[in-house]
Amino acid sequence: MTAKIRKLVVMADETRVEMGQAVTPPTRRAVAMAVIENPFAGKYEQNLDVLTAIGEELGGLLGEKCVQALGIQPGQAQSYGKAAIVGEAGELEHAAAILHPKLGAPLRKAVEKGAALVPSAKKMGGIGAAIDVPLGHKDAAFVRSHFDAIEARVSDAPRANEIVVAVAVTDSGRPLPRVGGLQVSEIKGEDGLR
Amino acid sequence: MSDLIEVRRVQTQVETIYHEFGPEGPVPLIRGAVAAVLKNPYAGRYEPDITPMMEELNSVGLDMAHRLLAAMEVDADQIESYGKGSIVGGAGELEHGALWHVPGGYAMRELLGWKGDRDSYKQGGGGNGPKGLEMGRALSIVPSTKKVGAPGTKLDVPLTHVTASYVRGHFDAIEVYVPGAPKSDELVFVLAMTTGARIHQRVGGLRPDQISKFDGLR
Repeated sequence: MTAKIRKLVVMADETRVEMGQAVTPPTRRAVAMAVIENPFAGKYEQNLDVLTAIGEELGGLLGEKCVQALGIQPGQAQSYGKAAIVGEAGELEHAAAILHPKLGAPLRKAVEKGAALVPSAKKMGGIGAAIDVPLGHKDAAFVRSHFDAIEARVSDAPRANEIVVAVAVTDSGRPLPRVGGLQVSEIKGEDGLR
Repeated sequence: MSDLIEVRRVQTQVETIYHEFGPEGPVPLIRGAVAAVLKNPYAGRYEPDITPMMEELNSVGLDMAHRLLAAMEVDADQIESYGKGSIVGGAGELEHGALWHVPGGYAMRELLGWKGDRDSYKQGGGGNGPKGLEMGRALSIVPSTKKVGAPGTKLDVPLTHVTASYVRGHFDAIEVYVPGAPKSDELVFVLAMTTGARIHQRVGGLRPDQISKFDGLR
């Protein structure tokens, strides 16, 4: 294992009723977070390959944790997202090295396919900082019913020399989508957009 | 669901803790919490008799306790500490949060092998007379906290050992919140459980192997 993981946190939420309307079936979302040591805390490092390898490892681990928490088959996953919070002794670019080059491929394996871009967010933050992980449909980014976000937060992290890495997966869109746009039934799933 | 019970949302969270900058043990500590967001049927008015809801919360509590164990992927026998709590939305009153004491505590204690019956617990926590003092594991009072709060309010839910409240290594708390809840006319009820002591506990006091009185305290 490349990543030095101090803690894993998995949250799952299920919405059954929204504004008095039954949500059938309930919408379900999961976010899995890893609190890892930042190998480059406190120094400028030109080559961030180590973090990229950590991202590759966590894309699979956290993606699988989400699917497991939802109790679904990988193919039933509908939307996804990713994010990182870098502790104060690190650098925003550390989040980029984890999230962008290699995290996506193993995540897509965990949710089966995933032609669409994995939407992301990143920030520097202190202990208990929260980040809103953007969510988009995994096969067609323009599906409007699946634009959403889920809050990720670990109460005692990141310490200064840590990074919180989050991956979110859902089996549904928003609870009561009704603002039009591209529908799930209209997905072609070829270019990742429509 | 009934006139008094409408569950809008359920959220589980599970932490797997490997270390906190100290030596890593043979197995990680698992801490979990489940929160249910319910409509507060008494929001916006003073209702003298709120106990009917308490009865109906029993099944909600049991369902939540089962969900939490499933999310933690452990057996009931592995649970070593527990806690509970409630957050009341702004159109409610703190007393509505107190509705959770009996059903929340009962749900977890029953799941964890408490041998008393619910009625004796309701009348005094199983501490008076023989009922509830049989050698079940979950003898301790379930520690709790409550507050009135806005959506996203964070609650530190206290945790203590399930058999003896004085076990020092297990004194802990877990932070729980549900983004967006409670709305003003909602209630958030929480159950929390763990598989062990604080990850690097080392301040002495009563140890689990020293539990001898089985009175829920020592």
